[in-house]
Amino acid sequence: MKSRLGLWRLALALVVTAAACPAELRAQRKSKATLIKNATLLTVAKGALENSDLLIENGKIAKIGKGLAAPADARVIDATGKYVLPGIIDCHSHSMLDAVNEGSLSVTSMCRIRDVLNPNDVDLYRALAGGVTALNLLHGSANAIGGQNQVVKIRYGRPIEEFLFPDAPPGIKFALGENPKRSNFRFPGQTQRYPNSRMGVEEIIRDAFVRARDHKRQWDDYAAAKERGESVPPPKRDLQLEPLVEVLEGKRYVHAHCYRAEEILMLMNLAEEFGFRVRTLQHVLEGYKIAREIAKHGAGASAFADFWSYKVEAYDAIPHDAALMMRAGVIVSLNSDDDGRARRLNMEAARVMKYGDLTENEALRLITINPAIQLGIDRRVGSLEVGKDADLAIWTAHPLSVYARVETTFVDGEVFFDRQADLAQRAALAKERAELEASEANRPQGGGAPPPVPARRRPAYAAGDNCLQMTKE
Amino acid sequence: MRRDWLARLHKACGLVAFGALAPVVLAQQKLDIAPRATVAIRDARLVTVSGDVIERGTIVLRDGKIAAIGPTAAIPGGAQVIDGKGLTVYPGMIDAATSLGLIEIPAVAATVDQGEVGDYNPNARALVAINPHSAHVRVTRYNGITTVATLPDGGVICGQATLINLYGTSPQEMAVVPSLGLVINFPRLNLGGGGPFAAFRQPPPSNIAEAIAARNRRVEELRQVMREAADYARAKEAAAADPKIPRPATNVVYESLLPTLRGETPTFFRADRAQDIRAALAFAEDLGLRPIIVGGNEAADCAAELKAKNAPVILTGVLDLPSREDDPYDALYENAAKLHQAGVKFCISTGDNGAHVRDLPYHAGMAAAFGLDPKEALRAVTLSPAEALGLSDRLGSLEVGKMANVVVADGDLLEPRTRVKYAFIDGRPAQLTSRHTELYEQFKERK
Repeated sequence: MKSRLGLWRLALALVVTAAACPAELRAQRKSKATLIKNATLLTVAKGALENSDLLIENGKIAKIGKGLAAPADARVIDATGKYVLPGIIDCHSHSMLDAVNEGSLSVTSMCRIRDVLNPNDVDLYRALAGGVTALNLLHGSANAIGGQNQVVKIRYGRPIEEFLFPDAPPGIKFALGENPKRSNFRFPGQTQRYPNSRMGVEEIIRDAFVRARDHKRQWDDYAAAKERGESVPPPKRDLQLEPLVEVLEGKRYVHAHCYRAEEILMLMNLAEEFGFRVRTLQHVLEGYKIAREIAKHGAGASAFADFWSYKVEAYDAIPHDAALMMRAGVIVSLNSDDDGRARRLNMEAARVMKYGDLTENEALRLITINPAIQLGIDRRVGSLEVGKDADLAIWTAHPLSVYARVETTFVDGEVFFDRQADLAQRAALAKERAELEASEANRPQGGGAPPPVPARRRPAYAAGDNCLQMTKE
Repeated sequence: MRRDWLARLHKACGLVAFGALAPVVLAQQKLDIAPRATVAIRDARLVTVSGDVIERGTIVLRDGKIAAIGPTAAIPGGAQVIDGKGLTVYPGMIDAATSLGLIEIPAVAATVDQGEVGDYNPNARALVAINPHSAHVRVTRYNGITTVATLPDGGVICGQATLINLYGTSPQEMAVVPSLGLVINFPRLNLGGGGPFAAFRQPPPSNIAEAIAARNRRVEELRQVMREAADYARAKEAAAADPKIPRPATNVVYESLLPTLRGETPTFFRADRAQDIRAALAFAEDLGLRPIIVGGNEAADCAAELKAKNAPVILTGVLDLPSREDDPYDALYENAAKLHQAGVKFCISTGDNGAHVRDLPYHAGMAAAFGLDPKEALRAVTLSPAEALGLSDRLGSLEVGKMANVVVADGDLLEPRTRVKYAFIDGRPAQLTSRHTELYEQFKERK
């Protein structure tokens, strides 16, 4: 019985792996240089360049111009009538996570999302097929202070080490409002927990930073004593407080899930009191009500285009939110918070464009360079500029059109999604699937017993880790 | 001169400003109580859906109907004239499977009127619980959706759906078809599965045989309820024909099933998987019901059966993630194109509770990006839903005599960047303000 299940899993794993990397794709990856010819380059940095070429060499954008010559071994792609957009950066994702919330305590800054990454999550491939190349992986919003984030490039199917975005500044997830105070759900088997109100959310964060400040002082004193040549024992390490000390020192970004205007003001005021700046306000549905204050604090805002009305704190959300914050001088991005929505962030940008009277370039910034700035990775990605990483996608039409589709997605100059390669392998995959379903391992067992209920190979959200979708935000 | 009547028109529907290409004009929300207007939109591009596009022509709305349409349709005296230069006129979009009006905020139980207690509630009627003042109504019509089917949910027989226009101050004013049809969540295999809600669900049976048996029990229970209602109908008929036979006591549950059993109204079966769709079709055949499949994620796998039974499919999953890991990434994006190619009757719906029904055009647009002809994509949210609901004589296209549910846009209706400039519902000018435009107007002043 056990071995049958094992076989079934192995078989499924083979199917998935084959889906990840068809032969054609593997061959494409080998070529050193790629020349994309005669496309409309949506550079974001310098507007749209029509009938232009882009040369990728050694994973970087080597040249942009007209009539570029292809190096000897280059793969040449005729992109006439097509569009090239920098890889979309999703500033709030829970993709590829084996666990989302450590829902037990209200302060879980010691937890690291880095420890629970699944490089074979098929939703990564689906995101690539939507032109997405980088993700800000965050914990859920069950706790006022969640855990440490991880920015990744979607190098689907590769070892985790290849996903980690080089030099991306570390961050941490905070959460305010209904989720940390657990208005709409309770973890099975858990009783009510502090905090129970927005007052308590403020207090629990304040308490953590007071402790972190003391902790920092101990270590600063220790460092000073050592400097003076005194022989003193080091203070005890505290894995919960160390990330918060980094926040106080400006070395770790705070990404704060928030909805209502007053809780946003609360966090910004608290941060100013402790001498740090909130890097991004996530969701920030009522940000438009206090856009001036957000701009003054210097926080970025990463919003939904028009998601609303799913709970009370989302009832004043308006699709003009992103645009109003932008007009006040806030750097704004759009995020998915959802593997389904991640596949069409371009459409989210188009919606904001309508409601907020944005220009095309302003709309494109929301999903490219702005999230790159917010995550501190804009020197490498977010626009089509010579010297930047070749993280980009070729689209069949302007990506702000509903009729646009991604043809090919590159990460570091390598093809990680190609529609033609995907289509070419479908018949073989379907055949393989049929064969597996008919195989011995999947036949009913002897004696009339039914085959076992197939288990998920690697459950994305195991029972108890996670809760209502609301806490995934 | 024209500006005068336009000013009157805008005053009538609560609009205060106007320009040649008036943006959606923002003002306080007024009640939906405007009279039916006599309106001519001229020099506009007219996308009739049922016939050819008229590149430049006039459409006349009068007494709540489309009175005339054509390259040179005559403008009646006294008609209000809208200069349609640069604008395109479309039939209002129809979402055939929502719960709009029954739920305001899903997380707040007090605002949820979507389902009743128990498994068999054919007598629960969506129309009586529709909130005409839900913020979702105006937010939705802002994007050019004028009509929605509102379906109850929960249990096995969920209740009676209703078809409403997104205009009016009472459910009755909004109703196009008060009782549209019966809604059944067709019993399906519970294999558990993962997902964020796994910990909150009933644990599934421990093996497939048990799961199949449990599903079959529920199907038989459903069949039993339907048969009892049919027996009840026969007993009533017998009593009516023969005074010696006692009349059965009135049973409100069975009574509510009679139009369904007589085939007067269709039955909506929520079913996504191929085996569930096939089972629902067989069930409908057995009881002589008129099936409409709602969901239909795997409908392409049983296209032949659907076509043979002439059963329409309301696709609600175009933008959903494929359910299996090894499904093609675009399995649901291209579902509509596959059904079209196979000759199955289908339309596209958001399947949404209410707040995001406004995304309907983008669901259709995505289907077009993945193989569905753009004209068919537009049809899938206008004339096709009207056909699926058996209402194509009244709704879904720009044709003389049809209900004047008409929207005027500054571009392709399926594109997110397009703005709807005017909407007429049942010939009444519909204000294009909402909770959202009001909050926007207020807070954009706070600098």
